[in-house]
Amino acid sequence: MPPDRINDRTLFDAVIIGGGVIGCAIARRLTLDGWRVILLEKAHDILDGASKGNSAILHTGFDAPPGSLEARCMAAGYAEYLEIHKKLGLPLIRSGALVLAWSDEEEARLPALMDQARENAVDNLSLLSAAETRKLEPGLSTAVRASFRVPGEYLIDPWSAPHAYLLQAIANKAVLLRDCEVTGGHYDNGQWRLDTSQGVIGGKIVINATGLYADIVDDRLLGKHDFTIHPRKGQFIVYDKPAASLASHILLPVPSPTTKGIVVCRTAFGNLLVGPTAEEQDDRQNAALVPETLAALRQRGEEILPGLAHEDVTAIYAGLRPASEFKDYQIHARAGQNYVTVGGIRSTGLSSALGVARHVQALCEGFDQDRQPLADPLWPQVGNLVDDRDDKRPRDWQCPGNDGIICHCELVTRREIEAVLSDPLAPQSLAGLKRRTRVTMGRCQGFYCSSALAKLTKGRLKHPMAEGDSEDKAGVDRVGND
Amino acid sequence: MTDLPLHADVVIVGAGPAGLAAATELRARGIASVVVLDREPQAGGIPRHCNHFPYGLREFRQLLRGPAYAAHLVETAKAAGVQIHTEVTVTRLLEGPALQLTTPGGIREISARHVLLCTGVRETSRAARLIGGVKPGGVVSTGALQGMVYLDGLRPFRCPVVLGTELVSFSALMTCRHMGIRPVAMIEPAGRTTARWPTGLFPRIQGIPLMLNTELLAIEGRDQVTGIMVRSADGKTRRIETDGVIVSGHFRPEASLLRTSHLRVDQGSGGAEIDQFGRCSDPGYFAAGNLLRPVETAGWSWKEGRAVGRAMARSLAGQLPPPEPAAVVKPSGDALKLIVPQRIVPSDTDPALPRFQLRVNRAVKGRLLVSAKGAVLFSTAINALPERRITLPLTIIPAGASGPIDINVKEDPA
Repeated sequence: MPPDRINDRTLFDAVIIGGGVIGCAIARRLTLDGWRVILLEKAHDILDGASKGNSAILHTGFDAPPGSLEARCMAAGYAEYLEIHKKLGLPLIRSGALVLAWSDEEEARLPALMDQARENAVDNLSLLSAAETRKLEPGLSTAVRASFRVPGEYLIDPWSAPHAYLLQAIANKAVLLRDCEVTGGHYDNGQWRLDTSQGVIGGKIVINATGLYADIVDDRLLGKHDFTIHPRKGQFIVYDKPAASLASHILLPVPSPTTKGIVVCRTAFGNLLVGPTAEEQDDRQNAALVPETLAALRQRGEEILPGLAHEDVTAIYAGLRPASEFKDYQIHARAGQNYVTVGGIRSTGLSSALGVARHVQALCEGFDQDRQPLADPLWPQVGNLVDDRDDKRPRDWQCPGNDGIICHCELVTRREIEAVLSDPLAPQSLAGLKRRTRVTMGRCQGFYCSSALAKLTKGRLKHPMAEGDSEDKAGVDRVGND
Repeated sequence: MTDLPLHADVVIVGAGPAGLAAATELRARGIASVVVLDREPQAGGIPRHCNHFPYGLREFRQLLRGPAYAAHLVETAKAAGVQIHTEVTVTRLLEGPALQLTTPGGIREISARHVLLCTGVRETSRAARLIGGVKPGGVVSTGALQGMVYLDGLRPFRCPVVLGTELVSFSALMTCRHMGIRPVAMIEPAGRTTARWPTGLFPRIQGIPLMLNTELLAIEGRDQVTGIMVRSADGKTRRIETDGVIVSGHFRPEASLLRTSHLRVDQGSGGAEIDQFGRCSDPGYFAAGNLLRPVETAGWSWKEGRAVGRAMARSLAGQLPPPEPAAVVKPSGDALKLIVPQRIVPSDTDPALPRFQLRVNRAVKGRLLVSAKGAVLFSTAINALPERRITLPLTIIPAGASGPIDINVKEDPA
């Protein structure tokens, strides 16, 4: 089945609007619970909004406000990730985290933060002196005063996880429709009729998981919104792989009320990242990189890990967090309208997504209890992009028959790219292909592989990497002859 | 790669000009098994997609374009009995020496008496330059552009901006012209072009505005670049409508294998730390070509590869002096960017690198001072620009010197 064909336009049990990590996790949960689900994404590919740029950490939720919806969803999401990651082929890097104090004031706050963690049922914490901290992380600046260790904070692959959730939903008969923007709709007689850029779609229940656009979509469908999205930009710097040896733990600062602050940590892909900033803006689409801010991030990174001064920058990126005027998640069920808004997931969505999905499932059962969970669901495994996994799952470049390397920096094989381009979530944009395979995400940023990749993806992306196929042009340069 | 052996006398990583020249030389000196590995499907290195003159004058006494030159290098090496294996990616350098490899058939290892690293250079990416804005399609390096145009006949944009004024930036203009791509501007943050103005090219780039003292602030667009914001010397910002950005030059050694290995990396060059024979900190490993320093011509790299190949043959015959003790040359101050080689071993044997190669970080005028233990050993006038070739004879270091040697520039008052 081509990925975008609507196999049955008549009526779905649940229409999920928005293919971010939250929408993908809800699609999986409801599908497994026996609902006929369609997920609508307005971009060429899923994960094109808030979910495309985050710090790729599976947080325990130790610093979430105790008793909040966020804390509950994070605890549930964290637990479910640990439970299912192997079955979906997803990685887990058990790095642990250190919350670092750099001043007397910060050091004084550590015990209270540890109490808060315990209140959130995050245990096995240990308070460490400066010497003990630097023994664990010899690359840290001598300016560190103290820390506490949270062993349960882990690194994960921020894109494979949501892809795996949605791939499992699709394998179990959920439908994905991309390039499909919801422009309006109304609820009548137990049924939603949604007007979309691809025609009318019907559903018994609508779930608004549109992240940065949650309030706008609520306006379009309900004529009102209960919260307003205030995008918060986060810029990141990613260092080349040799830098990853400078820190083994996730290095967290003492958090402020609005942000977790600037994190330094390895990535699942063997790099090291520094970020994010927290900058309010109105633009919901463009997260612009600012050279001065990136230079300041670099400097902050070097203050934490002085060895970073000698390391190369591989990538820079910026993400937008869909923050609202409320600190907690904004998940509202509208009884009488069979509608759930899932909004204000300001920063912890990757960690909490599976928990949010369970919470939304419970709300949906309030509308319609007549569900039989799938007796024997399929568990497709997502491709592996992580070297040196604790479960020893190899990368494709380590396996026979991989058809050769296309992206040398990230060791992405032709077979991997071909597999992704022909699966039910086949990316339609280069950005989507990068998230699925990591092509061009390495240190050379396409210097070596762009031409091979442009050729391989020809006719397969909505916006091609390059145009033209004039064999006559690929040859001698006549210009130089005169 | 069923015929890839488990062991060879010499394994060379990288089938560009340096690697192929070294391989040919090693065979000519009677080394029985010489294996060259390259991760690309075709051997030849960067010249494969530099479809312009002048290549090959030094090596073949012929005026060739890059692809013909690359083919010539490959044929010469094969005729000399060199085994070339493509689509083989080295993933780790091991003591021994030995290399971990991945091939279309999976992973394996190869061991050798000596290994030569010739992994070349790449351009510094948009990301590593911390250029602002968003990340649409159509932002490419010259290398990527040339690959698309010359290898595959593809055009990533129609009217891009070229960032940089190095030689490679002018090469990017030629590549554009070949494909009917019309650059709308050439942007240079400095007050002059980095490369000597290529006068022969001048008529051909007429009509393309050269914007000096201009900084690229931000890239705009979504699927494709739609414009850029620049700031000129007077502090004014303006928008230029364009559908692509060629981020050219700022070459740096492709040293990622080195950096995850036991070998010492030179901070200044970003490449391997070597002695005058091209020998690395592990004397089983050698390095040559642009991995040593950004960036030299193919002809230079070829000559260097051949000379290091000769030194390796001597090393295999036990004819090189021990790597220690050595004089270790290190630049101080911020004027000098790099010096290669970094180590000089007392020896009567002909060096593979007969001269020091230096580069400066910025325009520099003054006296270059070489000193040890506070005493000046040598000094000379210097008037140099970034990315230009500067060389000095190895004899500026007194014979038999060992220990740290400082090299710096005392600049003339502005």
